[in-house]
Amino acid sequence: MRVLVSIKRVVDYNVKIRVKADNSGVDLANVKMSMNPFCEIAVEEAVRLKEKGVATEIVVVSVGPSTAQEQLRTALALGADRAILVESAEDLTSLAVAKLLKAVVDKEQPQLVILGKQAIDSDNNQTGQMLAALSGYGQGTFASKVEVSGDSVAVTREIDGGAQTVSLKLPAIVTTDLRLNEPRYASLPNIMKAKKKPLEVLTPDALGVSTASTNKTVKVEAPAARSAGIKVKSVAELVEKLKNEAKVI
Amino acid sequence: MTILVIAEHDNKVVAPATLNTVAAAAKIGGDIHVLVAGQGAGAVAEAAAKIAGVAKVLVADNAAYAHQLPENVAPLVAELGAGYSHILAAATSNGKNILPRVAAQLEVDQISEIISVESADTFKRPIYAGNAIATVQSNAAVKVITVRATGFDPVAAEGGSAAVEAVAAAHNAGTSSFVGEELAKSDRPELTAAKIVVSGGRGMQNGDNFKHLYALADKLGAAVGASRAAVDAGFVPNDMQVGQTGKIVAPQLYIAVGISGAIQHLAGMKDSKVIVAINKDEEAPIFQVADYGLVTDLFEAVPEMVSLV
Ligand SMILES: Cc1cc2nc3c(=O)[nH]c(=O)nc-3n(C[C@H](O)[C@H](O)[C@H](O)COP(=O)(O)OP(=O)(O)OC[C@H]3O[C@@H](n4cnc5c(N)ncnc54)[C@H](O)[C@@H]3O)c2cc1C
Ligand SMILES: Cc1cc2nc3c(=O)[nH]c(=O)nc-3n(C[C@H](O)[C@H](O)[C@H](O)COP(=O)(O)OP(=O)(O)OC[C@H]3O[C@@H](n4cnc5c(N)ncnc54)[C@H](O)[C@@H]3O)c2cc1C
Repeated sequence: MRVLVSIKRVVDYNVKIRVKADNSGVDLANVKMSMNPFCEIAVEEAVRLKEKGVATEIVVVSVGPSTAQEQLRTALALGADRAILVESAEDLTSLAVAKLLKAVVDKEQPQLVILGKQAIDSDNNQTGQMLAALSGYGQGTFASKVEVSGDSVAVTREIDGGAQTVSLKLPAIVTTDLRLNEPRYASLPNIMKAKKKPLEVLTPDALGVSTASTNKTVKVEAPAARSAGIKVKSVAELVEKLKNEAKVI
Repeated sequence: MTILVIAEHDNKVVAPATLNTVAAAAKIGGDIHVLVAGQGAGAVAEAAAKIAGVAKVLVADNAAYAHQLPENVAPLVAELGAGYSHILAAATSNGKNILPRVAAQLEVDQISEIISVESADTFKRPIYAGNAIATVQSNAAVKVITVRATGFDPVAAEGGSAAVEAVAAAHNAGTSSFVGEELAKSDRPELTAAKIVVSGGRGMQNGDNFKHLYALADKLGAAVGASRAAVDAGFVPNDMQVGQTGKIVAPQLYIAVGISGAIQHLAGMKDSKVIVAINKDEEAPIFQVADYGLVTDLFEAVPEMVSLV
């Protein structure tokens, strides 16, 4: 079974981002970029499926600038077999990304596609669901457990009230939540080996996909800052302030 | 302009987030219709018809919709929604699951988790864990939007008298089936709707120690939340996680206990009216957003607080 994993290059989760002075967006110059943490979890899950003998080949794909090859190489070092970059320098919306991924799905015919549940930059939480709609596949979003058996996959999902399990016919789409697994680190020998693994570069044009969007970002601003309050010296003082000053208890 | 709001429910009751979503629809302006897709959800439809400002309730009652499977519900919403100016759902795990699928079927970009309505086509939404606020304009014929409940005060649950209409459309994609669910049972208020939230982090050390927080919560009528670290360590279940990738809360009072205040956690609670932090490390970043900070050992402070409130 072939597994396709979609990964996104994003600002590292430790970076405190800054909004540009002209409000056109977020300043990404000289900022550390990494693989989206949920995508790391997606890669790890695919590698585990291969180690269990369920997956036979792992293909990783990213849509983004040529520098996204770094994240693809990381995924190859973690155990993916080959990589595809759909190169685009634009800020694509989730729908555009989903359409490009659909074209890759048509080409590669995976039985399972694993994505992150959300990219920590745009926080959209859309792409996997959109890809599922465009391909007509079932979707197991926010997965905390994935079990393939025969021609179906059981996905346990983190939902607001607890956990839910659904069964999906393969091929299917899975998006990862935090508790699905703990991603491994790439070893040095594997990083060296990854440099020789195949990495194909495609373009939206070559895939015949229009990335036109119905959304336009008008401006990006810093949020209203919250100022630090006071330190209280005792629990008694805290309770007194909550009762009489803040009047919230 | 007519807006379709997808009701959030469990076939028995309307979830409070629906009221915030209707509030967002009211800000956009125009007639508001509510879709109740489910099975045996008559009581939900009746309750939805009473929501202030709702003109019509559409009920799609079918076994295929019983568990809100997106493969079945999304085609229904896309079919009905094509004639509307906007389709809105709460940014709950259910809304997030279904709505992007609807948007893709309608070939439009979705706008996720809006926190304000600037005009009928322009909205604000947080990006980068709330460290930036984007203003997004949509030129889609049907605007597909999820609504962050904390951005909108709920409309009244009573006072409306909308017409209830059955819709026959049945979609059963046959690609997915419901296996089961394990829902957390609690007598405490629901995390996202509670007026007071007491949250614990890695500093709690283990699940058993959360009893101190439950005791405090019960005295205050509060809900209990947690940081990701506390959930990952298995102290408490995932539905208690507050943050960028968990639940977003904005109660009157948020008490963070043994939580350092990572940006991903702050993203889920920094719009609370009053924030209290109890942490033994005076350098903990949580103190930068706390109205009242107490630098002390939580195992002394929390029991004392239980006895004082
Ligand atoms: C300042 C700024 C504002 C923006 N505003 C908007 C906006 O308002 N609306 C909007 O739609 N977009 C906006 N974008 C574009 C946005 O950054 C994303 O590129 C786009 O929305 C893709 O969706 P996502 O990353 O949020 O996907 P999500 O749905 O959050 O991502 C889920 C998963 O999809 C997969 N995935 C997503 N993108 C890729 C990719 N490029 N390659 C491979 N896999 C991928 C990954 O597995 C990821 O974990 C903005 C960008 C910037 C810089
Ligand atoms: C992709 C991604 C998504 C994430 N999403 C979320 C999210 O949604 N929500 C979230 O919370 N986190 C999230 N995180 C994790 C986040 O970065 C932090 O790791 C996490 O919030 C830390 O939890 P904590 O504050 O409980 O633990 P720590 O950072 O370890 O802090 C524990 C605190 O307890 C204090 N303490 C210890 N013992 C005592 C005592 N006896 N008395 C008083 N104080 C004590 C310590 O001083 C310390 O400040 C995410 C991370 C990533 C990468």
